[in-house]
Amino acid sequence: MSQKIYVTGIGLISAIGDNVEQTLDSLTRGKTGIGELELIDTIHKTRIKVGEVKHTNEELIKRVGLPADTKITRTSLLGMIAAKEAMMWAGIKDTNDFRTGIVSATSVGGMAITENNFNDYLNVEKTGDFLDYILTHDCGDSTEVMAKYLHIKDYVSTISTACSSSANSIMLGARLIKNNMVDRVVVGGSDSLSKFTINGFMTLMILDKEQCKPFDKDRKGLNLGEGAGFIVLESERAAAGKEILCELTGYGNSNDAYHQTASSPTGDGAFLAMEKALRLSGLKPKDIDYINAHGTGTEVNDLSEGTAIHRIFGDAVPMISSTKAFTGHTLGACGGIEAVLSVLAIKYNLVFPSLNFTNQMNELKFRPSTVLETEHPINHVLSNSFGFGGNSSALIFSRH
Amino acid sequence: MEALIEQLKQEIIAQLNLDGLKTEDINPDTPLFGDGLGLDSIDALELIVLLDKNYGLKILNPADGKKIFQSVRSMAEFISENKK
Amino acid sequence: MGAYIKGIGIVSPQKTFNTKTFLTETVEHTTNSLRCIEPYYPEFINPVLARRMSRTIKMGIAAAMVSLRDAKVEMPDAIITGTALGCWEDTEKFLVAMIENSEQLLTPTAFMQSTHNTVSSQIALLLKCMNYNFTYVNKGFSFESAVLDAMMMLGDSDAKNILVGAHDEMTEKYFNITKRVGFWKEEAVATSEVLRSTTNGSVSGEGAAFFVLGKEKGEDDYAQLRSLKMIFEPENEHQVEEKINELLSENGLTCADIDVVVYGKSGDVRYDKIYSHLEDTLFKNSASVSFKPLCGEYQTSSSFALWEAAMMLKTQTIPTAIQVNKQPKSEMKNVLIYNHFMNTYHTAFLLSQC
Repeated sequence: MSQKIYVTGIGLISAIGDNVEQTLDSLTRGKTGIGELELIDTIHKTRIKVGEVKHTNEELIKRVGLPADTKITRTSLLGMIAAKEAMMWAGIKDTNDFRTGIVSATSVGGMAITENNFNDYLNVEKTGDFLDYILTHDCGDSTEVMAKYLHIKDYVSTISTACSSSANSIMLGARLIKNNMVDRVVVGGSDSLSKFTINGFMTLMILDKEQCKPFDKDRKGLNLGEGAGFIVLESERAAAGKEILCELTGYGNSNDAYHQTASSPTGDGAFLAMEKALRLSGLKPKDIDYINAHGTGTEVNDLSEGTAIHRIFGDAVPMISSTKAFTGHTLGACGGIEAVLSVLAIKYNLVFPSLNFTNQMNELKFRPSTVLETEHPINHVLSNSFGFGGNSSALIFSRH
Repeated sequence: MEALIEQLKQEIIAQLNLDGLKTEDINPDTPLFGDGLGLDSIDALELIVLLDKNYGLKILNPADGKKIFQSVRSMAEFISENKK
Repeated sequence: MGAYIKGIGIVSPQKTFNTKTFLTETVEHTTNSLRCIEPYYPEFINPVLARRMSRTIKMGIAAAMVSLRDAKVEMPDAIITGTALGCWEDTEKFLVAMIENSEQLLTPTAFMQSTHNTVSSQIALLLKCMNYNFTYVNKGFSFESAVLDAMMMLGDSDAKNILVGAHDEMTEKYFNITKRVGFWKEEAVATSEVLRSTTNGSVSGEGAAFFVLGKEKGEDDYAQLRSLKMIFEPENEHQVEEKINELLSENGLTCADIDVVVYGKSGDVRYDKIYSHLEDTLFKNSASVSFKPLCGEYQTSSSFALWEAAMMLKTQTIPTAIQVNKQPKSEMKNVLIYNHFMNTYHTAFLLSQC
C-alpha cells in the first residue's frame, strides 16, 4: 500500500485561461478572471461578479471538434477540454496499453440547460430535438461523455460532495491505483455556471458584489466561477519513462458534522482532513511550503479554515494564498483546478498571490501572500477543499 | 401591535415549516434563535425573505437581522417603524 | 475484498422497513409510478430538523439509522452513498420557484438541501460522525460505485464498519419528463402483473436502502458480499456471459454453484431479453427470483435487490411474491444478482451464505 502515485498530466480551463499556459500567464501577471457575467441571462447580472469562461457553448463544441448540433452540456464541454489537455500532457495516446479510468466531479451537472428547458420538457405539446437534453441533466452524464471522448472504459465514476467534489475524485483515483483496479486514472471535476447556482447562493447571501477578498478582515463573500481541472495519476509501472510532474503523497477526507451549509468555527472537519493527509504523506507540518487554501472569501469559511490551519501549524503557518480571487469559486471543479495550480507551484517554485487582500483578520495570525513569490523552493503543497454538508478534503502534492 | 404579532407568528410557522407549533406556543418576547425557539442562520435568511415578500422590507446585510429577529416583538416593531 | 452485511434498513414501495419480516405480505399497487411506504419519522429524526427535509432525505436517514441499529454499530468508520439524482424534490422545488417567480423572493432551504450529498451529510450530522463521507452520482452505477468504495476501504484501511447506501426519489414532474424519453409505461400495471407485461417501458420506482458492511465475520451477519462487476453498454449477450464467468471464477465458483439468481426484470419488453437469455443458458439449473415488480425501476434499484439477496441467504426462504420459477434444490449458498438500468448500466453482485 506504500505505492507511489505519480502526477503525469495537468489540464484546466477557467476564467483565467483556456489551458495551462494561459492560466500560468494570468497567475504570474496577477490578472484576475472575475468580472461581469455575460453568457447567462439572469436578473442578478449587475449584482454579482463572476469568473466566467468567455466562450459560448457553440464555440466550445467547435473547439472539441463535435458536430455543431451535438446535444451536450457546458459541464461536459469544459471537462472534455481540461481532461484532454491533461491526457496530452501525460502523452497518453492509447488507452488500451494500461487499464485507464476516469473519475470526475460536478455539483450541478447539466443544470444550465435543464433550467432553460424545464417548462418545455413538461409541455407534451412541444416536441423537438431539445428532448435529447433530458438525460444530460444527471451529474454522471458529463463523466460518461468525457470517457467516450477520451476512449476510457476501465473505470468511470462521478463524485458529488459539493465544493470538495473534485478533491475527492483525486483521492479516489489514488486509491483505485493502490487497490490495483486501474494503472492510471484521469481525475478532477467540471462545473458550469447556472442560474440555479447563482440564485441559490444569492439566497444564502454569501456573494460579494465586488471582487472577493479571501482572508481579509472586510471580506464580504465569494464570487462564483466555472471551469474544469483534471490531472493524470499513474502507477510507477504506467508512468515509467515519463516526465513526473510531482507525486500525490497525501489525502484525507473528513466531515465537519456541524451544519448543512456553514463550517464550524473551530474548523474540526478541515483540521481532521489536513491531519489525515499529513499522516498519510509521512510529512510534518513544517515540511509544507505552500498552502493553496480553499479561501472562498466568505466570513464563515475563511475563519473556520484559518482556525484549523493554526491548529495544525501553530504560529508557523507556511506561505498561503487563495486563488479564488483569480478564478472565482468553481464549486465542483475547484479541487481539480487548484490541484493543477498546486502542481504548477511545485514545477515552477511559485506561490500565487491572494488578490484583493488588505487587512488582516483579527482572529488569525497569518497574512496570505499578496505578491507572486518566486524565490522559494516549493517541494510540498497542501491544497484544501471544503463543501456543503461539512465535507472537508485535503491533498498534498510533493516534488518527485 | 398585538394583531401584527399574532399575524407574524402565523407567518413564521408557515414560512419555517414549524409543523406542530401553535401561535400560543410562541411567546412574543422569547428569543427566536439559540435557546429560545431554536432557529438557526438559515431560518434567519428565510425570515429576511418573509419580510420582503409580506411587508416589502428589504434587509441587505444578514448581520442586521440579528437585532430585528431577536423576538417576534422586535420583528413587529421593526415592521411598524419601517412600513410605509 | 469482500464484506459482511451486518445491518440493513430499507424504505421501499413495500412493507420492508421492519427487517424482522421478509415480504410476508406484499402490497399490490396498480400504477406506472410506485411511491414508497414511509415510516413514522419522529423515532429517527427530531421534528425541528425534519421540518426542512424532503422525502428522500427522511427516507435515507431513517433507513440508515435502522441499519446501524440492526448492526449494533453506533459510529460507522465511513458513510458512503450512491444516488443518481440526489435530492431531486428539493432541486425541483427551487428550480420551479426560480422560474415561476422570475428569480425573485427565493428562500435558501430547498437550495441548500438540493446538494447531492445532503443525505450522507445529514446522517453525519445526526451521528456527529466526522469520518470519511462520500457521495457517488453515476446514473445506473451510483450505488455500485459506493459499494465498491466501501469494499476497497475495508481492505485498504483500518475501517471495520462502513455505512453504505442508496437513495432516489420520483416526483410527478420528473416522471412526466423521463416518460418522454421512453423510460416508463403509458399504462398502469398491477404489481403481480408486471412480469407479464408486453409493452415498452417500466413501472418507475424509488427507494432508500442502507447497509452496514463489516470487515470481520460476526454471528448475526446476513450474508457475505463477495464481489461486484459493472458492465457499461455491453455490446452483446456474449460479453455479459464473459463478465459473469469472470466474476464467478475470480471467486472460485462456476455457474453450477449459483443456487439463486436475482434478475432485474422490469416488464419492459425491450430490455428484459438478457435476463431470459441468462436464465436459459448459464443459469438453467438455478432458481430465479425477481425484485422490480415490488420496488419499480430506478437507477439505484440494485440496492433493493441486495436487500432481497441478503434476506434470502439469512432466512433460507424465498417469498412467493418474488419467486419466478423453481425453489433451489438444496440450501442456498450462493446468490447472484444481475440487473441493468435501461440496458445501459449492467451490474452483477455475488453473495454467499455466512
